[in-house]
Amino acid sequence: MTPSASTGFWRRYSRNRSAMLGLVILLSALVMAASAPLIFPGSPFALAGQPRTPPGPEFMLGTDTLGRDVLAGIFHGARTSLMIGVLATLVSLSIGIVVGGVAGYYGGNIDNLLMRLTEFFQTIPNFLFAIVIVAIMTPSIQSIIIAIAIVTWPAVARLVRGEFMALRNREFVQACVVVGMSDLRILAFHILPNCIAPITVIGSLMVATAILVESGLAFLGLGDPNVMSWGYLIGAGRTVLRTAWWVATFPGIAILLTVLAINLVGEGLNDALNPRLRDR
Amino acid sequence: MTKSHKRLLFIAKRALYGIPVILGIVIVNFLLLQLMEGDAVDALAGEAASATPEYMAQLRERFGLDQPIYVQLFAYVRNVVMLDLGYSFRHDMPVLDLIMTRLGPTMLLMTTTLFIAIVMGIVLGLLAATGLNTWRDTIISILALVSYATPLFWVGLMLVLLFSVRLGWLPTSGMETIGAGYTGLERALDIARHMVMPVIALSLFYMAAFTRLMRASMLEQANMDYVTTARAKGLTERRIVWGHVLRNAVLPVVTMGGVQIANMLGGSVIIESVFGWPGLGLLAFEALFARDLNLLLGIFLLAACMVVVANLVIDIIYTFLDPRIELK
Repeated sequence: MTPSASTGFWRRYSRNRSAMLGLVILLSALVMAASAPLIFPGSPFALAGQPRTPPGPEFMLGTDTLGRDVLAGIFHGARTSLMIGVLATLVSLSIGIVVGGVAGYYGGNIDNLLMRLTEFFQTIPNFLFAIVIVAIMTPSIQSIIIAIAIVTWPAVARLVRGEFMALRNREFVQACVVVGMSDLRILAFHILPNCIAPITVIGSLMVATAILVESGLAFLGLGDPNVMSWGYLIGAGRTVLRTAWWVATFPGIAILLTVLAINLVGEGLNDALNPRLRDR
Repeated sequence: MTKSHKRLLFIAKRALYGIPVILGIVIVNFLLLQLMEGDAVDALAGEAASATPEYMAQLRERFGLDQPIYVQLFAYVRNVVMLDLGYSFRHDMPVLDLIMTRLGPTMLLMTTTLFIAIVMGIVLGLLAATGLNTWRDTIISILALVSYATPLFWVGLMLVLLFSVRLGWLPTSGMETIGAGYTGLERALDIARHMVMPVIALSLFYMAAFTRLMRASMLEQANMDYVTTARAKGLTERRIVWGHVLRNAVLPVVTMGGVQIANMLGGSVIIESVFGWPGLGLLAFEALFARDLNLLLGIFLLAACMVVVANLVIDIIYTFLDPRIELK
């Protein structure tokens, strides 16, 4: 992107109030994730005070059934949620770009085969599939990331295929072919850079989905047992809903705000990257 | 060929498409079983706690687990085709029988949720699109955006906190009051009371999705030529919306409804476990805890088949809704 294009992008993005609100909330979540080990050193699983202390001066958001600080859990949980959200999205984008790119560029039988595969993966109930994968591979950060990537890549593949199909007959691609460039080089360095905008948008929205899926898995007891996570906190608070409402309530607000913020940023990116669609 | 003939042929063709999908899911299921640490014999031996290696080898031979993998795959596919989904050692029952006893409550919960989510989504999307950029549109869009970002299970817990713990209006879990001995209408009302919270919690996310889709779809239709024609011949805006735009704008929502059934099954695992709703989702949750993977995979397979069937039904509904669809 040239400097003028990027300032144009920023001008369009910053004019969008809800997108800016999303960015501010998202940045605060990132700050929480980054500062967790500084503000709350030590394990978030460690006992901090009396069990089930209500929110107050000592513990801003109270403590859970075992006396763990809920606020510390939320700070450390931000690390887990954002990390899993971003990594799962990157894996999913890689699979989707390769499958969609090859299908869109080559067309014909390869396209047919790959699209059948994509449709097949889209038919499988995705959250249930994620549950089954994590349960069988035993819960860990890796298995959760793999599961989320496996259930989310088809959407990327379809999008990338469409973009690649539209671009493959353009003159600049034909010029590359005439010059004798290898297919890999054309795909990776000439076509792909031209679809970065839609990929960025779908990627940002996928981070939000990934965070929701991760929290759902952790709530069901399929989180990585070694890391603190928002879904785990809510699951732990569920049994004491009557006596300690704060344990389940606050981590849920954290998920809600983060996912909302990412969706707003995604929509803001979409509007700023596709100026023509803005007046819709 | 007459229209109804063509339609039958089209339906038969779509049904045939479903077969490779189901076969593929069976194979995925088999591969997942292979990925699992230890086999059924290890699980059995663990239960019995007194198995000699000789006995285990004998068992493996009997179950065919010493055969090459493609033979095992073939046997597995054959079993599934014969509707034999294996045995749940925890419940001491064939997986299929177990699933059948739990299918009813899940279907009740899901059809109600889907119906409410689609109807509410269409109404809200319509309200937002007809009042574009007014306070009505803004409020509906913000509500949809927030619902879209809220985790299902958290909504469920918050509803319990408000309506059961604080206000005491609604029961927290189960499908009916056990031991109350209600019959007829009384029983139906009792079940309805138990359903209120699970349905709200499960439908919120989908309602948001349908609302956004309906709004976008209405706006897209509003720019079509037929709307200009209708306006030119002097129809009122009300007539244009109700008589022309609405029925076209609903089509993508119906398609989406079919797609979302797949996701809703996953959501029902969460919602049923939050509300103790005695359906497939709760069964899956229990299977997860008991490490009863045979059962979990059986539910997974059935869920996938349900999606294939649902997609077929949507295709059929579509042929009635949209006459432009070519029945090839």
